[in-house]
Amino acid sequence: MSGIEKIQVVVTNIVRLNELVTRFEFKRTDGKLLPTFSGGAHTVVEMQDGEITRLNPYSLMSDPMCQRAYAISVRRDDEGRGGSLFMHNKVSVGDNMVISYPINLFSLDLRAKKHLFIAGGIGITPFLAQIKQLDRFNGYWNLHYSCRSESLGSYVDELTDQHPNETHVYYDDKDQQIDLVKLLEGQPLGTHVYVCGPKGMIDWVCNTASKEGWPREAIHYEEFLAPKPGKPFEVKLAVSGKVIQVGEQESLLEAIEREGIDAPYLCRGGACGQCETAVIDYAGNFIHRDHWLGEDEHKSGQKIMPCVSRFEGKILVLDR
Amino acid sequence: MTIQFNDETFRDDYSFFNSERAIKRFPFPFHEDSYMYSVNMEQHRGGPVDSIYEKRFDVDEHYVAEMRDRALVLADDPLRCQSLPHMTLAGWDLLELIMVTKSEDYPDLFKLHRDGNKWRWVNKPLGIDDKFVFLDETTLPYGPMEYITRQAQGDFCVLDQRDDNLWMDAGMVTTQADWSLDFDIGMNFFEWHAPVPLAHEKGIFVRALKFLLNIQQGAPARRLNWTMTVNPLLDTSPENYHKWGIQKTTLTPKNIGAKQHLRVELQTFFRLPRSNGLVFPIRCYLCSFQDIMTVPKWGRRLHRVIRDLPEELATYKGFIDNRPMMLEYLKNFDDGLPTSLGIWPEIDTEPKLQK
Repeated sequence: MSGIEKIQVVVTNIVRLNELVTRFEFKRTDGKLLPTFSGGAHTVVEMQDGEITRLNPYSLMSDPMCQRAYAISVRRDDEGRGGSLFMHNKVSVGDNMVISYPINLFSLDLRAKKHLFIAGGIGITPFLAQIKQLDRFNGYWNLHYSCRSESLGSYVDELTDQHPNETHVYYDDKDQQIDLVKLLEGQPLGTHVYVCGPKGMIDWVCNTASKEGWPREAIHYEEFLAPKPGKPFEVKLAVSGKVIQVGEQESLLEAIEREGIDAPYLCRGGACGQCETAVIDYAGNFIHRDHWLGEDEHKSGQKIMPCVSRFEGKILVLDR
Repeated sequence: MTIQFNDETFRDDYSFFNSERAIKRFPFPFHEDSYMYSVNMEQHRGGPVDSIYEKRFDVDEHYVAEMRDRALVLADDPLRCQSLPHMTLAGWDLLELIMVTKSEDYPDLFKLHRDGNKWRWVNKPLGIDDKFVFLDETTLPYGPMEYITRQAQGDFCVLDQRDDNLWMDAGMVTTQADWSLDFDIGMNFFEWHAPVPLAHEKGIFVRALKFLLNIQQGAPARRLNWTMTVNPLLDTSPENYHKWGIQKTTLTPKNIGAKQHLRVELQTFFRLPRSNGLVFPIRCYLCSFQDIMTVPKWGRRLHRVIRDLPEELATYKGFIDNRPMMLEYLKNFDDGLPTSLGIWPEIDTEPKLQK
């Protein structure tokens, strides 16, 4: 057991929002209610893609109070390893799937006097649930949402209809940009800023806020990396006494799981630290991609995050 | 099983007692003949029938009397129950968790009727039948955390999770082993554990925090902790030390079997879904030395554990001065025979005392 509870669900609705993004809705197969959750939580969706089991995290975007159905929105990534393509091309209404209990690594700081949300593209999804949660308790929030174009602006209409005063949308193709310094300077004391989007945007917001003197505790971000494909490599697992091959299209964590070894995980995106694994011996180079380990730890050759990081070289022995 | 609730007190005349059934299900905390701190966590998913592990929130013969004692403590000192402003949602989470699980686990004692947000809660042992609107504080006589923890045995720490740490931002604490919510409120995990000896050096708290931060919805955890209490006192708080501390000097070789109690805490941990907080219920079980000695395995083991315990721990747990007298008493129940591993009494398989 990797410690995550699973839920059997059926796909009850699939809505194509635009060229890239599709929404999927799930209900429990046994007809019971789903667990409530907190805004910002994700679920890990299991995909049975032929021989391969894919486990991808997606933010829950439905109302956290609603226990009848969950919703996620999936952006198609034609360059990725196939998880989003599987969801877009192979999942139909009525399919049975397995998802995890909600896990929140991006929760609201409920002490905040005001919540300032900055979203880029598909990064809007955790905020949709957080906005519903805050509205239930008359929370004070503002959203600044940057999209490529009007046609790719997922949920823009819904947000501007329901929250015309709180929602601010920026379109790349119209050269509209968030004036971040001005935005941050104008916030009342006690505001927390949250950012979810591409890596560049997260770095930009975190660094700018820091430079503007925002306390570290008031800056929140979430970025799940998708594992990237890479050259195949061999790993020796010292505890289980196995030598396994990691294929081009799978992550080290997936290869370990394929061999029937129960390894811990939560986010599968290099953020939560749960899958941290000690390196016993190596000869070669690590390709570290996580945000969990510090630079010193990356250089030390003593730890690896198998969900997103890879290895190139002759020998790699892990304590697993 | 129908529970016969004891008419008993945890103060003044100390009429508290354990029935034979309660002794058999007492959570003896030592799984081997020695003790040292460890992150002894396991999943909280039931346990042997009628053990304290069986239900998510154990209700036993002391329920009604413990709730009466809590009300007395709160009447004297309202600061035993505090909730910082951002913790109200976590309070509702806790109310929901306790009402739903108790009504499922003890349908003959507790009933919960839900029609959307219109709820009706029936607590038969305490004679409560209340209607209220879920998430509307104005419809309850107390805040949600206080309301439900006046009806649930054990202390409750409701922790906020942020900045990769846990924060003691709310709680109901009236049955504690010498720590104060009023002092600890707002502290983080390392701050409120600062007084504990030896464990910091062993890296126990760093590992424990990492474990706790990753407790997920639907996957609660538990551990046991223990200390010693003279007289069956629930409220051994720093606030009242002047009342109970002195009682430690009343122990004599004659009364020790009845007066000296092993105090065991069943600590459980549940992720709270709506707030992403964590609730840490600390349930206190008391058992007199003489009642523990009715189980031969526990008698042998308790002597060995207390005899070999490092001085720092005996000091921290507050019984260093009484340890020689305890050992004089306990050695009569240790015949040197080996004991089986694990905490269970095993009355049928372990040999009787050979003395």
